[in-house]
Order: sequence, then structure tokens, then C-alpha cells
Amino acid sequence: MVDKVGAVLVVGGGIAGMQASLDLADSGYKVYLLDKSPNIGGAMSQLDKTFPTNDCAMCIMAPKLVETGRHHNIELLTGASLEAVQGSPGNFLVTIKKTARKVDETKCTGCGLCTNFCPVEVPDEYNVGLVTRKAIYVKYPQAVPAVVSIDLEHCIGCGICEGQCEAEAIIYDQEEHMMDIEVGSIVVAPGFDLFDLARKPQYGYGVYPNVLSSLELERMLSATGPHAGMVLRPSDGEVPRNIAFIQCVGSRDKQIGNTYCSSVCCMFSIKEAIIAKEHTPGLEAHIFFMDMRAYGKEFDAYYSRAEEEHGIRFTRGNRISSVEEDPVTHNLFMTYVDGADLKTEEFDIVVLSVGTEAPVDTDKLKQVLGIDLNAHSFCETNIFDPLSTSEPGIYVCGAFSSPKDIPDSVAQASGAAAMASSHISTERNKLVEIREFPPEKDISDEDSRIGAFICHCGINIGGVVDVPAVVEYAKTLPNVVYAEDNVYTCSQDTQSKIVETIKEHNLNRVIVASCTPRTHAPLFMNTIRDGGLNPYLFEMANIREHCSWVHSKEPEKATQKAKDLVRMAVAKAALLEPIPPIKISIAKSALIIGGGIAGMTAALGIADQGFDAYLVEKKDELGGMTRRIHFALSGEDVQARMNELIDKVKSNERVHVYTKAKIKDIEGFIGSFMTTLEHEGEEKQIRHGVVLVATGGIELKPDEYLYGEDPRVVTQLEYEDMLTNGGLKEGTKSVAMIQCVGSRKEERPYCSRICCTETIKNALKTKEMMPDANVYVFHRDMRTYGFRENYYREAAEKGVVFVRYYPENPPKLTVNDGKLELTAKDPFLDEEIVVSPDVVMLAVATLPNADNEDLSTFLKIPLTKDKFFLEAHMKLRPVDFATEGVFLCGLAHSPKFVEECLAQANAAVSRATTILAQEELELEATKSCVIDAKCDGCAYCVDPCPYDAITLIEYMSDGAVKKTVDVDETACKGCGVCQATCPKEGIFVRGFTLDQINAMIEAALEVT
Amino acid sequence: MEEEEFEPLIIAFCCNWCSYAGADLAGVSRFQYPPNIRVIRTMCSGMVHPNLVMDALTKGADGIIICGCHIGDCHYLEGNVVTEKRAEAIELMLEDFGLEPERFRLEWVSASEGDKFARVMNEMVETIKALGPSPYKMG
Repeated sequence: MVDKVGAVLVVGGGIAGMQASLDLADSGYKVYLLDKSPNIGGAMSQLDKTFPTNDCAMCIMAPKLVETGRHHNIELLTGASLEAVQGSPGNFLVTIKKTARKVDETKCTGCGLCTNFCPVEVPDEYNVGLVTRKAIYVKYPQAVPAVVSIDLEHCIGCGICEGQCEAEAIIYDQEEHMMDIEVGSIVVAPGFDLFDLARKPQYGYGVYPNVLSSLELERMLSATGPHAGMVLRPSDGEVPRNIAFIQCVGSRDKQIGNTYCSSVCCMFSIKEAIIAKEHTPGLEAHIFFMDMRAYGKEFDAYYSRAEEEHGIRFTRGNRISSVEEDPVTHNLFMTYVDGADLKTEEFDIVVLSVGTEAPVDTDKLKQVLGIDLNAHSFCETNIFDPLSTSEPGIYVCGAFSSPKDIPDSVAQASGAAAMASSHISTERNKLVEIREFPPEKDISDEDSRIGAFICHCGINIGGVVDVPAVVEYAKTLPNVVYAEDNVYTCSQDTQSKIVETIKEHNLNRVIVASCTPRTHAPLFMNTIRDGGLNPYLFEMANIREHCSWVHSKEPEKATQKAKDLVRMAVAKAALLEPIPPIKISIAKSALIIGGGIAGMTAALGIADQGFDAYLVEKKDELGGMTRRIHFALSGEDVQARMNELIDKVKSNERVHVYTKAKIKDIEGFIGSFMTTLEHEGEEKQIRHGVVLVATGGIELKPDEYLYGEDPRVVTQLEYEDMLTNGGLKEGTKSVAMIQCVGSRKEERPYCSRICCTETIKNALKTKEMMPDANVYVFHRDMRTYGFRENYYREAAEKGVVFVRYYPENPPKLTVNDGKLELTAKDPFLDEEIVVSPDVVMLAVATLPNADNEDLSTFLKIPLTKDKFFLEAHMKLRPVDFATEGVFLCGLAHSPKFVEECLAQANAAVSRATTILAQEELELEATKSCVIDAKCDGCAYCVDPCPYDAITLIEYMSDGAVKKTVDVDETACKGCGVCQATCPKEGIFVRGFTLDQINAMIEAALEVT
Repeated sequence: MEEEEFEPLIIAFCCNWCSYAGADLAGVSRFQYPPNIRVIRTMCSGMVHPNLVMDALTKGADGIIICGCHIGDCHYLEGNVVTEKRAEAIELMLEDFGLEPERFRLEWVSASEGDKFARVMNEMVETIKALGPSPYKMG
């Protein structure tokens, strides 16, 4: 037995690495986060916006960056590389080389003065070389750690920076050094690199100035990019009239060896086209592509909006062969197919939608870690173990195991964290420090002293609102003793600045005027705690979502409104009082709803973490929809693996299985839920700390294509069953498969994601069993993303015939003389195709579980329009609900593959563990509170309380019996219905008192 | 001298869970609406005491709008059901105070209805502009 170590090494500090680190650190493990770059943040830090919500990438990422940077259990090892790994799971000895930053990280304040004086200009990698940076630099404005580093390749050693640095942080003689660390597990998340566009010279990248990579365009669109968000032609600096996107450059390309699909570029281009149009009035955008792979949650709706609302032109079925340039105007020409025609068009800018590749140092990772790579040098994984590498104790997440988008990477990251910690769970809390805040300052005798921090948010606010004018105005407001502006108030250096300012100016309340408190208040509340203030002595003015973004064409009025919003926030802040924390104990168990593959995996994960799992399934056996899948695309025997999983679940003593059980009610809140089950004719009550929703999905029974009328027409799962159990008749000569049956249409606009690949799987199997049979696939776009594309290619090579159809002209199925007859129109040949299949397989939609609506009511968790569950945040919180302590995974979230369900199931375990690992939890302190002196016991508030948290009580005062009410703080949620019902102002909600709201109203009505 | 166009001041109480998020989404989606709205965040629409509404109107607000989760979606089970009943009481009070009914409005805006938030705000500003300033503003 080796001594286990309660620490984990995470390799790669992109969004996946950060998420894995945060989950592990929050669950009681010491984390070393290694990144080869001098600052963490990875590829996401370069993005302007994210699809399909158009959230500003930096805005949603900054809180995670800051949290990672300041987490007391995460040690950042930046500018570092992995040199050697010895040992075994539970106890690895890792040797790391840390390059010389030539800067003392503990002394540098990130003030940036040195960069102003550095005489060396170097192409700025962060902006893909579109602008320059200095030889001493910080990678990007919000970077973590907010510390400069010297680029040794370009530094001329002049010493100017050393002379300028007041913090004396420059150390010219700092040398690279080796260090050893001990960890129990390793998570690899090195991300990806981009395809080298020089390998496709036919597009003229690097030769024709107006041919850009999609990353270059992304940087142009960014407020922190080369032209502050303007798209300009590199050849002449002119505003372009039109812009073309060429998809699949470096993807789905046998010629260059990258036969796989890069999974994200379709959506990436749609997003860029939308944003480019927003930033450039009159711009026309045209996307040329083969198949539009809008397979994710809400992606197809985004694609439709791009076409219908934003007027973006989409021309499918195109792999553009080359780009020509007019050498005088530098305009670009492309020839493409449009239906059956060939057309040539002129463009001002052509964007190459560049594919992704395995990271450049993948071979070194293989060598040091001993992990297997696949044919494309990505990390090899198995569909039943998507987060494990070939080496025990070493896990993988993010784009390194296959190209993927942010939410899938984040889910994998949380999942990998759960896997990495499961075999060292005995070592939890052994190597970590408990985060301590300085003692809270007593402010009860002090007048309000407010500090105001006004954010530019790059140009998100500053581009519309005159921020310095708002700062000057704030300084004139009552009780404000300090005001300043920040480029990004959420950046790590500003957090330190706020803490210092609280001390320096003896502030006792803080307001931040920036974005929405819904995402950013927790960050700032912790910051003021670091400054010795109660976190509730904080207020925000939302001058971005509620001001600069919605009044972007009225800068003067927006500035006036920003001043008003600051005045309102200051008025409320002056009346804020400290709120004491409420702590509760946590029931160390989880309720898991749904016994499919996601629910079972989650139950085992919870058990592996050392907690009890109550697994509830309404059917009489475990397994769910996966029970109907017999074989995987990559060949695995799915049912054999399912049987193993079910056995493991049934034999695990920490997993308590209730089949044929019905949930009657769920009451309570994070840390302390009480669920009533109906099981075997009895009611049973279970107490648990968290809930995992894994309700799965079902296959649509269609009402078209003669389904249900003709036995030769079957669904995808029924066809798979026929292939496996001999249901396919001898002598079957022809099989037709129709895609998007019930998906991507008006009443069900989403893509069901899995059906294209499942069709390929069945087509290949059919060809394997009956090589002479003709297989026809009628589709709209084949969405075989990632390495699944290789199977699509294989099917085409094996003679499966793919025919595209348009939704306005779907195939028609009739019975003629007892024979099935399928008629479709091939849009490229402009010809009618008629086949007479023996069997027709319908690739039908995956539907949400019908029970989702009930559960949504019990748990107060929202559904999407399509009736799948809606997570807390589409990008960065894929398995969390906004309701604390409730998580989701699998098809309950949206249709997805087995490997994706497993990643999410483990992710939900990881997120739940961050709660279950704690001994007690600090509750939201916004609770209602009675003023006995004002309450006369009328009890008007008792009935309307939605949580029965208020009871009428009697007490003695001055010898007389008096009445008042009592609030149960664990039941109270702070909704304030009581406050608004009370005729005597005798009950109020902390942080939202009538006086505080009134102060805001009066401030709003003040005419300035 | 040209008379300045009347710019009403409208206070919008938005619940934290649905409507404030809807207002945020309007921002994220860049749906434009006039800068006459001042949002005050409350935990639930049911937290808004009718006195707050009447006080604001009598102190010179030209219009008040309360936004909450749709019925059935309330984060606090049925806080918005209470809001709906209170809105009826507020409407009666408006009459007593000699205020036009259009100066008060109750709307359900979910977290995914950024477009609705912007539309409702546009409509409210137009309505109030047509009505003119609050009679209480003159005094």
C-alpha cells in the first residue's frame, strides 16, 4: 500500500484546467495548476463572445480566473513544464521545470509601468500578431497572475524596466529551476492548437492581406483587440462591405491528414458573422460550408436566428477550392456551387474557419506521462471511460481528448476532478488550508464611508458611458469618501486594490458600478471580506446590462443614467448593515433521480467519494434508454458494460437503489432536503444534502413516413434491435435511413445530436452484415462531429449513399403495389431520386422525459422551451442549477452520447462533492427579521409566507403578555412577502429593507 | 425657446430570479430601450410593498412597473401570486389618488425574455410620454 497524497496536479490552465482545479480545491484537495504560459486563461481568454448566448467571454470567465488565482488551495505554476512523472496512482512524484520569468511574482503588482518603458516591440501572440507588445509584458489585461514576465527571446537586456520598477520586482539573474511535487492524481487539460494555415496555400493566408484566420477576426471583434472592436481590412484599413467564411479549413480533410471534424468552427463562424455585422453597419456576411454542425443545446435556434434575423447568407455543400486576389484592390474572389450552379463572387475579407489539432507538445506529454494517443495525436479515451487516459491515476478533460466546445470541456473538467479525487478521497482535507478572512471590523458606531469603483469593462461600458465623469459625480455624493474607475473592476489586481483602498480610506461600505450582481456580486463580496468588512456592506449598480448595452446609441443619456444608478446604489449602501452568517450542517448524502446510465454512474461516483447515494428509478429495472443500445460505433458491447455497471451499483453498499419508486415530494434546501418516496406500497422519507437530476430522455414515436402503419418503417432503436436480434429479413437488398424525423422543425426546433452518428453506426453495421445491400441516407446536414467524422467517411467509402434534402422538400414515402417507394430530390443534381427500400429507418428525435415538468415544480428548477432542464449557465455551469444544491446530468440536460452523459454524471458528482465535503455550509444571509417593538402580532404575514417559516408567538414584556412572530431562518428564503404584507413595518428582509428600497426610490427621483 | 420633450422617470421593480435576469438578457442581446427606466432589484416581486409604489408615485415618479416571474415559475413558490393580488389593490389606490391607471403596470418577464423586457419598457415609456408628467410632480 502506498501512502496516498491529498493533492492533484492539473496540467493546463485553460477553462477546463481552471474548472477542474476549482472543483478539487473546493472539495478539500491541494491543487497544483501548471501552465506553460506565463498566465493562465487558455484559448477562452482570446474569445470576444461565446455562442449561443453571445455572452462576453471575458465577462463570464473573469470570476473563474480571479477565483482560481486567489484560491488558497490552488498553487499556480505558470511558465512551467512537466519533465518527469514517477510513482503510481495515489502517489506520484512529479518533476517540473519552471522557466525564469525574471520577475518576482510576489513583488510585481502588475502596474504595467515597465511595459511602457520597454523599447522592444514584439508581435503580440494574444492578438495573433495583429498588434505588438513589449518584451516585458502581461499576456492580456485581465491575466492571472497579474504579473509581468520577460520574454527572453526578445529582451535586449537594456535594464530600463529594472530601473523603472518601484516594487523592485525585476530579477535579471533569475534562472530556470526544477522542482518536485507529490500528488495523488494528475488531470491533463492542455487544450488544443490551431491548424497551420500555411498548409493550405490555395487560400492565400499570409500572402493576401485580407485573408484572415477566424481567430484573427475574433481578436478584431474584441474590445481589447487591435481596433477596439472594429473590423478593418488589413490591406487598407477600410471598413469591409462584405465578408466570407470558408469552413473546414484544416478539418474533414484527408489531403492534410486531419480527417476529423473540429466540432466548434461552424458555431464559431456563425457567432463571428453575427458580431461582425453588429460591429459593422451594412456588412454582408456569407458562410460557405459542407454541413452545418449546430448540434448542441440551443445551437440550431442560434443558427436560425443568424439566417432569419441577422440576414447571414449560408451556402451549403461547399468546400471552397481556392481564393484568388485582385492585386490592385486586394479584393478576393471565390467560386462556389449554389444548387446546381457555379458562381464567382468578390469579397472584401475572407475568413478561414481554422480547425483544431492536438496541442504541439502532445508527444512530450505522451513520453512523460506514458499515455496513449490516437491516430490524430489526441489523447486516446474509451466511450465508457471518457475521462481516463490509458495510465491509471491520470485523467483527461477538454479539447485534448477530442475537439469540443466550452460547456463540454467544463463538464469534462468537473468530471475529471471527481475521477481524480475518487481514489484519494480518504486524504480529503489533509493538505488544504481553510480559507480565512480577517476579523470583521465593527462599524456600528461609524458614519457611512463609501468607496465607489466604476468599471469601464474594456469598452463595454466605457465605449458608451463617460466613466471618468461618473467617477467625478460619485465623489460629490453624500457619504462617498473615495471613487475611482477601473478598466476591469473584476480583475485580480483590482480586487487587491479594493482591499487596500478599504484600509487606506477606512471605508465601511463599497459599491461597484459595473455589470450584473447576479454573476459578480459574490466576487466583490468576498473581496470586501478580505478588507475586513461584512460581505453585505456591498451594493452594485448595473451600468452595463441595464445601461451601456441597452442605450448604446445614446451616450449622453446613458452617462446620465449611469450617474443616477450610482446615486441609487450609494443611497442604499449608506443604509446597509452587517448581516451575521447563518451556518447549517450538511446531510452527507445525495438523491439521484433516474437510474439510467447517467444516474447510475453518478450514484457510484457519490459513493466513491464516501457519501451515501439514494438512486430512485420509476421503472422496475435500472438501465434507462441505454438498455436499448446494443453496440457502439467504436465496436464495444454496450450491454456487457451495462450489466457490469448495474452489478456494481447493486453491490455497492453506499448506493441505495429504489426501483419502481415514485417521488411524491421534495422539501428543504441545500444541505438538508427531505424527499418522500412511494416505494413498494409504502411511503419512505429520505434526508439528503444534494439532488442530482438524471431523468434521461425517450425516443419519439413519429406520426409520419407511415410509421405505425407499415411494419417495414421503424425507428433507429428498433432498427438497431433488428440488426442485433436477427429481425432483418434474409435477402434485404435496400435500406433507407431518413434523418431529422421530428427534429429541427417548427414544433421541435432542436437537433437531437446523436441521430446522425447512430445512423452511420447502423449503416456500417448493415454493410458489414449484408455487403450487397444498398444503404441510402437522406439527411439535411450530417452532424458527425469530432472523430465520429472518420466513420462517416468510412460509410461513404463503403458505398453508403448520402442524399441531402431540404426541409421544404422532404423525402416522400408511399406504398406502391405493396412495395415501399421513397422519392427525394437531390438539390445538387437537381434530379428526382426514387428508391424502393425493403426497410425504412427513421432517425427520430430524442424527447425530454415527460416527468421533467413535475420535477421542475418540486425543485423549482427551470426548463427550456423544449422541456429539457435549463442549467445555471449555458457555458460555464453546464451541470449546475441556479437553485443551490441541485445538479443535472445526461439527457435531462439535452440529447447526447453515452460518453457525454458519463462526463456530465461525473461532473455532477464533482459539483455535489464541493458541497458534501464541507462540514457546515454558510447559508445566504438574506432572511427576514422581526422588530418585536413594531410587531403587534396581527399575524397578517403568517399565511402568505410560502415556506411556513413564520409562527405567531407570545412573550412577556413589562408584566404583560405580548404577541409577535418568529422566523425560522433555515426555512426562510428571504422572498420578503412578509415585509410587503406587514402594515406596521414590523418585519423586514435584511439587505432589502423598506428604508433601503425607499432610499433608492428617492435617489432615483432626485433631479440632477 | 423650443420646449424640451418630456422625459418620464419610471421605476421598475424586478425580482432577482426572473425579471432582473430578463433585463440582463436584454442587455446581453443588446435590445435597445429608452433610458427612462430605473431598475430596483428585489428578491421577489412579492417583496414590493404597495406603500413603496404609492410613495414613489406621489413623490414624482411618472410610472411604476413591477416585473416578476410568470405564474407557476416563482422562485419562492407563489410570491408572484401575492404580487398579483396586491396589484389589484394598487390599481384601486391609483384611482383614489387621482392617478391614471396606466401609470402602474404589472408584467411577468422570465429570465429568457430579454426581448419582452425591452418591449415592455419601450411600451411603458411611450404610454407615459403620452400621458404627460405625474400630477404630483408639479407641486
